[in-house]
Amino acid sequence: MSAPFFELGAFGEGTSLLFAMLIGIAFGWVLERSGMGSARKLAGQFYLRDLTVFKVMFTAIVTAMLGVFWLGWLGFVDISRIYVPETFILPQLVGGLIFGAGFAIAGLCPGTSCVSAATGRADGVAAVLGMFAGVLTMGALMGSLGGFYSSTPRGAFTLPDFFGASYGVVVFGVVLLALAGCRVGEAAERRFGGRVDR
Amino acid sequence: MTTAVFEPRPRGALGERSYARASAKPYANPYLSGFALGIVLLAAFVIMGRGLGASGAFASAAAAVSATAAPEAARANDYFARYLSPAGSPTIDWLVIELIGVTIGGFASAFFAGRLRRAVERGPRISDAARLRLAFLGGSVMGVGAVLARGCTSGQALTGGALLSVGSWLFMGAAFAAGYAVAPLVRRAWT
Repeated sequence: MSAPFFELGAFGEGTSLLFAMLIGIAFGWVLERSGMGSARKLAGQFYLRDLTVFKVMFTAIVTAMLGVFWLGWLGFVDISRIYVPETFILPQLVGGLIFGAGFAIAGLCPGTSCVSAATGRADGVAAVLGMFAGVLTMGALMGSLGGFYSSTPRGAFTLPDFFGASYGVVVFGVVLLALAGCRVGEAAERRFGGRVDR
Repeated sequence: MTTAVFEPRPRGALGERSYARASAKPYANPYLSGFALGIVLLAAFVIMGRGLGASGAFASAAAAVSATAAPEAARANDYFARYLSPAGSPTIDWLVIELIGVTIGGFASAFFAGRLRRAVERGPRISDAARLRLAFLGGSVMGVGAVLARGCTSGQALTGGALLSVGSWLFMGAAFAAGYAVAPLVRRAWT
């Protein structure tokens, strides 16, 4: 095992911030290239006119998922050292519903609003400011919301645990799901039209 | 900014006009971009042992503002305190640096593609001011949701999605369901 490099002590905190910058630049570059800095394009997702969000997201999820799976299988990456976001069933369900409503209203999500703002869109700046206000308010209210926020904890709980299936079978299932989703997405775009091309 | 040359609106496209200059390059193929994004995410896993994020950087920044404006309250707040040093001062958070990178990368990509453009993206039927209000409102609603869910499209959907976290897939399903439910109510903003 030689990775994850930082977790296995290949470099320290200072160097990790350099990688934060480099990874962030690559992330922002790719988001802008695909048009995810455009609120019109993102909003198109919710009217089935432009399913770029879905296609980019699921291709990325499948790519990274297969990469982790294969690098783990080859013994290059110690998968147990990659931080899996912990599951809190109710707060993530409710938070997801609220987040999705905000996403549709703003036409941007937190990362893409930063790209939108950085490329000159005032609506991106407004979404960034709104996001900040929302997080600040929630943080201040956390004293009374803390109970719900920490409710129904399941720790690092994965789909293979949930289905009682092997890692490989779930990975294969997600690939099939993504392929089917992208086919449906292509059909929807042909039906409803109106992709934002630039 | 120089004068923008508007193109005729592509048939059926969202919005009243094209926001791009005639010289702007079209966006990249979504599958190719998705593959590239997946490689960036994979690089974060392999190099750092963690994924990408965005809302966490906002939380860290909010904690820093709170620590400056009301140090006592920030230290006493469990949610903010985790982003602060034990003494209660702001720390340099990995995600904040990453998100600064995101803005630099986004700017650079748009610059080289001729897509930098001062604009308010909206449909033909609402004003710039109304669109800005919706963007702010939507942003704050997202902020509330992202705090509760412990992440957003980056930290939950992409990162947790690729790592097959149950909570992340739950978040993704809930977010898309709510997005599709609410979108008809704000259709006027786009068409």
